[in-house]
Amino acid sequence: MDFGYIAQQLANGLILGSMYALVAIGFSMIYGIVRLINFAHGDIVMIGAFTTLVLMETAGLPFPLVAFFVLLTGCGMGILIERISFRPMRGAPQVTGFIASLGISIMLQNLGILTLSAQPRNFSFPSYMQRILNLGPVSFRVVDVVIILTAFFLMVALIFLVQKTKLGIAMRATAENIDVARLMGIDINKTIMATFAIGSGLAAIAGLMWGGKFGQIDPLMGYVPGLKSFVAAVIGGVGSIPGAILGAFILGLSEVLFVGLLPPIYSSYRDAFVFGVLIIILIAMPNGLLGKDIGDKA
Amino acid sequence: MESNRPRYCLGLLIMFMVVFSLGIERTANDYILAIVSFTGINIILAVSLNVTNGFAGLFSLGHPAFMAIGGYTTALLTFSMEKKPLFLPDLPQWLIPVHLPFFPALLVGGCFAALVAQIVGISVLRLKGHYLAVATMGFLIIVQVLLNNANSITRGPLGLNGLEEFTNVSWVAGWVVVTIYTCWKIKFSSLGRSMLAVKEDSMAANSLGVDLFYTRNFALTVGAFFAGVAGGLWGHLITAVTPGSFSLIMSFNIIVMVVVGGTGSITGSVTAAIIFTLAIECFRPLEENFGIYGVGEIVISLVLILILIFKPSGMFGTGEPKFVTGKYKQLSPTNGK
Repeated sequence: MDFGYIAQQLANGLILGSMYALVAIGFSMIYGIVRLINFAHGDIVMIGAFTTLVLMETAGLPFPLVAFFVLLTGCGMGILIERISFRPMRGAPQVTGFIASLGISIMLQNLGILTLSAQPRNFSFPSYMQRILNLGPVSFRVVDVVIILTAFFLMVALIFLVQKTKLGIAMRATAENIDVARLMGIDINKTIMATFAIGSGLAAIAGLMWGGKFGQIDPLMGYVPGLKSFVAAVIGGVGSIPGAILGAFILGLSEVLFVGLLPPIYSSYRDAFVFGVLIIILIAMPNGLLGKDIGDKA
Repeated sequence: MESNRPRYCLGLLIMFMVVFSLGIERTANDYILAIVSFTGINIILAVSLNVTNGFAGLFSLGHPAFMAIGGYTTALLTFSMEKKPLFLPDLPQWLIPVHLPFFPALLVGGCFAALVAQIVGISVLRLKGHYLAVATMGFLIIVQVLLNNANSITRGPLGLNGLEEFTNVSWVAGWVVVTIYTCWKIKFSSLGRSMLAVKEDSMAANSLGVDLFYTRNFALTVGAFFAGVAGGLWGHLITAVTPGSFSLIMSFNIIVMVVVGGTGSITGSVTAAIIFTLAIECFRPLEENFGIYGVGEIVISLVLILILIFKPSGMFGTGEPKFVTGKYKQLSPTNGK
């Protein structure tokens, strides 16, 4: 176990963490604004990956354009889901929305199976993305660098949006108190819709990256990253965007180190480890690392 | 004034079950018998989840985990002595000579699931609402991972197959009656009222002297016991238990039955479980003949979402319909509104 090996593992954790972060941000934003655990969020990742496949392999568009359209598709899906199913349920008990999102998740997965078949598909980025770079002991593919840079760019852009723009202020006000925000003349529906759009757009981009990183996509691929990103959001404190990012990197790094540093017989316990952490955090510190005390959790 | 109607209904139910199971076992073919047994098992699952989810308001996604625990325990206890060394060469010494007939094995399976529920309850029941849902989902995934990896006892992803086909319509019918009776008695006992009170307003219930933790833990444990029994029945119906079958999809299906029937209504759960199982069976030939896999799930989730939007209380709400209760004064909290 030399330095190079650990550095390589850390790099892998960083890549995994930045993909989790993009999904976890959406989870956190949506939870923050409507107190809904959106189970269908992981399936936006799947939709993003398949959109990428269609645009890149079939339509043959250049990469930046593909990324842009994937982002748009994700936003569109988010708006659609919010408009069709969550808006009519607003004001119902929290669990209602949760069951509905579970239903939407199952529906999206099976729509995927119905239209695309359950067979996994190969997914390849153009060859200049696959080139291997060596940075000291650590070797990267170009696509890994693109993943990390895109993720960082989107995170910075998002934090700017939430902190500085009018929409961001409206979002924060709505998250703080939905009724008072309405009294202040904020269009609640538009703000919530924008939140869903942004969160889902980021998740779709994460789908593009997931496909590029692991090279294989199928209609059920969104399930595991969705759940784990939720764990990441809980670690950081649901509702807080910096928390989601921090939680995602902690989860990505610790997952990779759990598999990389412990003897191989433990590596199949990876998911049990992640969800064990989830339960412990929910019980011991339900507000997460950076979350505010909402008071309705435990 | 309490009406005698529920007693007559119970008598009718028992008589119907006896006649029905004797009749159908002599006349129907294996396919029909399997569907009828699945319907019964789904009734047990839906009614027992209703205790946890509907009466006490503990939104648990962990029902299949308890099913898996019960199913594996029952399977190990009834596993034939000749096949044991062949299938499970690494079984721990003390488990090798253990063998029980079907009925005690089911009881042990249920009790073991209930015991695990107690332990899980101690840690998880401090959470509320969808946080509890997520924690129980984590528990389900942990159980799946453990089953996949404990090769010496569970044979990992292969699962335990070649179980003897003990489950038949009479066994299932018997357990259906026991489950419905027990859950009905709980609902209309003081404990059941405490559960409803805890669900409506835990702080008010606590101030009136209801032990929150005990009540919640009891609801979870009863649910887990019947889920464990259902798991045992299920395993001996399809003659195999595998980790993959006790998945989140299964918990989704049970929740659909509870929500569609009306969270808190036993009659509702029974009705919804029957409709749900028959609907699934109607979709199966459709999916196989036209190669449109997934249509059944899509339709079910669509129905669920529509019900959540337009009739969130489900078919029967939280109460029981008049034709079962007679003039019994309903204790459902929505009654007074």
